[in-house]
Amino acid sequence: MKKHILDLRLTENVQLHSAYALMKFRPVEGTLPEMLPGQFAEVRISDSTSTYLRRPISIHNVVDGELWLLVRRAGEGTCKLASYTVGSIVNMVLPLGNTFTMPTDRNGRPLLIGGGVGVAPLLYWGKQLAAQGMRPAFLLGARSANDLLQLDEFEAVGDVYLSTEDGTKGEKGFVTQHSVLAEEFSYIYTCGPKPMMQAVARIAREHNTPCEVSLENLMACGVGACLCCVEDTVEGHVCVCKEGPIFNIDRLKW
Amino acid sequence: MVDLSVKIGNLELKNPVMTASGTFGYGLEFADFIDLSRLGGIIVKGTTLNHREGNLYPRMAETPSGMLNAVGLQNKGVEYFAKHIYPQIKDIDTNMIVNVSGACVEDYVATAERIAALDKIPAIELNISCPNVKQGGMAFGTSCEGAASVVKAVRRVYPKTLIVKLSPNVTDIASIACAVEAEGADSVSLINTLMGMSIDAERRRPRLSTITGGLSGACVKPVALRMVWQVAKAVKIPVIGLGGISSATDAIEFMLAGASAIQIGTANFIDPAITVKVVDGIEEYLTRHGFKSVSEIVGALEV
Repeated sequence: MKKHILDLRLTENVQLHSAYALMKFRPVEGTLPEMLPGQFAEVRISDSTSTYLRRPISIHNVVDGELWLLVRRAGEGTCKLASYTVGSIVNMVLPLGNTFTMPTDRNGRPLLIGGGVGVAPLLYWGKQLAAQGMRPAFLLGARSANDLLQLDEFEAVGDVYLSTEDGTKGEKGFVTQHSVLAEEFSYIYTCGPKPMMQAVARIAREHNTPCEVSLENLMACGVGACLCCVEDTVEGHVCVCKEGPIFNIDRLKW
Repeated sequence: MVDLSVKIGNLELKNPVMTASGTFGYGLEFADFIDLSRLGGIIVKGTTLNHREGNLYPRMAETPSGMLNAVGLQNKGVEYFAKHIYPQIKDIDTNMIVNVSGACVEDYVATAERIAALDKIPAIELNISCPNVKQGGMAFGTSCEGAASVVKAVRRVYPKTLIVKLSPNVTDIASIACAVEAEGADSVSLINTLMGMSIDAERRRPRLSTITGGLSGACVKPVALRMVWQVAKAVKIPVIGLGGISSATDAIEFMLAGASAIQIGTANFIDPAITVKVVDGIEEYLTRHGFKSVSEIVGALEV
């Protein structure tokens, strides 16, 4: 899949709450190239002195030629990005990385587990699963009700189960303690904090359910050239940006 | 039309713009973004005799206008390169140059010999300056004797163009350049990364698994430029300048300081198409200033 260096114009910037922004972009010229769920964009934040490298950000959704990114205000770069106003032009390298694996059992029920901003790639992937005739289940977790993002969008695609650490919405506790995990699923996909994904991987192994995780190791080039973002896998160090970010747990040393 | 061609030893470059080892993969990673044949040369990832897994993650830390890396020469070894990568890159219409590293002189020699047998690799860049490996690497590049010993041994077995990449982590880089010139190096390239360090104060931990790493990016440019200037005055062989070059103007500054050619490294991560923009920018500069050939600006600094 051809990678592009593209200028995109910010068409909408929805402040979901103080820590998150839903940003929608359209190419300044031409149309958006084909992009797959799980892939990411390397976003240039050119006007921040402390942000030298691009920021890898998951593709959250593609709707009518518009690219959606879900941005968490983590450091200076992402804070700057999230504060851009409509009409701003942002340079991105995209699409980068691999995609999720479609389940072979189309009659089964896939489960997509997201934590915090890790829910981002699961919306676009859930839509693809639904387009293939499956009914995905989303198990979404956050610290508090306020941190659960894009629920309307997820509800439009599949069944949504919620967890909050403080019990303000859904079941109280971590996603990995949720009662829905007792049910049978054909495939588990997860993205979120590493300890959460590792716990999900353990559960998937116990149930003998195939499982893919989306890693977000610190990255520089995004194209497999610098070898900075490596994950120590059963095949040795591999680049998360190029061979990932989606990995089957059987490849990981978790 | 200005003449952009450059000669380094027996190596003919269509223009002075090359890519720095470790920042451009094997070239193929950037083929979607630019026409690789527009480059003067591509210096591929550091290659060692045997497979190396490199250092543990985390290997990278962003710094003001730059980054630290501690990759540690991860590569699959020269035999894998020759069998699996060389066939994919040998027909790229530019100079494909292999960066060679080793833990001991014998490793450098064996690797250089293997690469000498590959027809379409017209040159090697001897890396005696990697700061991220425990043995070899920079250990050779920080003393005149060490640098001379590797170059002498490799020169005996390597008949094509031999470029030696120098470390900036020394007191007098010009004396090291002179030492490798005396042993028959065709060119020197400089600078490799500067040893640096980054700390996460909140966690009270180093940001790199190796604690220290190599600093690159725009922040190192003034240091690199100064060293290129010092070395260019000290040696007769052509100097290849690198260190933070992010624009055509940066490249021209290095050439004015005495570099016959330049390499672009970390800037490839920020703009994957930067190399061809630098080629165009150099041509535009030469035309605007009425130069007929790029060689006219090499060392043309007026002081």
